[in-house]
Amino acid sequence: MLENFIPPYNATVMEKFISRNAVLVGKTNMDEFAMGSSTENSAFFPTNNPWDTERVPGGSSGGSAAGIAADEAICALGSDTGGSIRQPASFCNVVGLKPTYGRVSRFGLIAFASSLDQIGPITKDVTDCALVMNAIAGHDPMDSTAVDRPVPDYTSALSNRELKGLRIGVPREYFAEGMQTGVTSAIEAAIKKLEELGAEVGRDVSLPHTKYALAAYYIIAPSEASANLSRYDGVKYGFRYPGAANAIESTEKTRQFGFGPEVKRRIMLGTYALSAGYYDAYYLKAQKIRTLIKQDFDNALQKYDALVTPTSPTTAFKMGEKTDDPLQMYLSDICTLPANIAGIPAISVPAGFADNLPVGMQLMGKAFSEETLLRIAYAYEQATDWHKRKPAL
Amino acid sequence: MKLSHEQVKHIARLARMGLSEAETEKFRSQVSAILDSFEVLNQVDTTDVPAATHSIPLQNIFREDEAHASYPQEEILANAPEREGSFFKVQSILE
Repeated sequence: MLENFIPPYNATVMEKFISRNAVLVGKTNMDEFAMGSSTENSAFFPTNNPWDTERVPGGSSGGSAAGIAADEAICALGSDTGGSIRQPASFCNVVGLKPTYGRVSRFGLIAFASSLDQIGPITKDVTDCALVMNAIAGHDPMDSTAVDRPVPDYTSALSNRELKGLRIGVPREYFAEGMQTGVTSAIEAAIKKLEELGAEVGRDVSLPHTKYALAAYYIIAPSEASANLSRYDGVKYGFRYPGAANAIESTEKTRQFGFGPEVKRRIMLGTYALSAGYYDAYYLKAQKIRTLIKQDFDNALQKYDALVTPTSPTTAFKMGEKTDDPLQMYLSDICTLPANIAGIPAISVPAGFADNLPVGMQLMGKAFSEETLLRIAYAYEQATDWHKRKPAL
Repeated sequence: MKLSHEQVKHIARLARMGLSEAETEKFRSQVSAILDSFEVLNQVDTTDVPAATHSIPLQNIFREDEAHASYPQEEILANAPEREGSFFKVQSILE
């Protein structure tokens, strides 16, 4: 749809990078319109995982994560609507942070699901993650959802290699059935390490509405996407189907031939969920579930400074393994999408290997507690050497 | 929820998106299965729960009503699939 599009302006995050003399190496591959968990929905070609080229790098920011894992650049950006920064970071053994909703301006980001989207860094280690956050966070008059709130120096969170005085909760719903055993055992070992570093780890944490997050997400995100993507009509920019007989056929054919299957599937889902007679049953219901999920986090994070979980229930899967079953693909984001629904920050850091494939540990915290997450992630990283392992390329 | 072929066509029409017959059939079964998975939400009583449109409390954000330079017309029109002079060109809507 946008293959030949030349943006007339830069996104705010790019302007911020350029003003700091960043060298732009290139644009990276991703799932079309950020819809996917494997980069197999790219409108160009799939990206391979540097750790095993028969496997996916995760998605949707699979190109960013694979590029950083393969040492092709120092840092990359991604956008995270349901896990699109963290899940590929976990599959590729790099660091990925989804900041609090509103922490980073989304001006210039192609809108997918406007109440969930957030831009964040993908880097080789936690220090680089903090440096990128220093560069991109902050208010922007061009994005009314970018919160006007001072930006701390995120690197100052990295001075402490101990976790004394910090309380970290282990929500039991994230260690349920369906988890790959190697992932669970890697995360259990990581939790032990956090304890050794002085954190007080509590297991009496429950986020009871977690099991409804997937359904709520796949109502909210496609609904918002179906509205956002209605701008692709072949009039102002992008692909236009040539030779349509009239204006309506032009719009219909432009979308039929301009969008890939996953994008069309989500437009169908979203349009249905918002259509007359179904709005209350789907969209409104999902927004009420959002309130409950947010309350779950508010309660848990009253007692704990952060929550620790796996980033994804499995390690990187084989290419083609889930392409015919959208529901199976969606499950890959089961651990990451609750943070988007609640708007809270979450980071994925390298936390070991299962059958020679990387495992990511996810840390979630209160809104605007990026510093706490970076502090824990940094202390853990300094005490382990997972992030130093590189794929044999 | 099993969608019929006609229902899928109707949704596509609402979205002004064309679908081939094969796509219509594929989406019929896939979207039906996804809608079935949403039924889990009916286990939750949300009668007294307020809806949250955003995760952060947002209020109207205003700015001064001042004139600013816009983007250069040529750069904007350079992306147009079809143009005539300084206009976007579309198929005629009125017969």
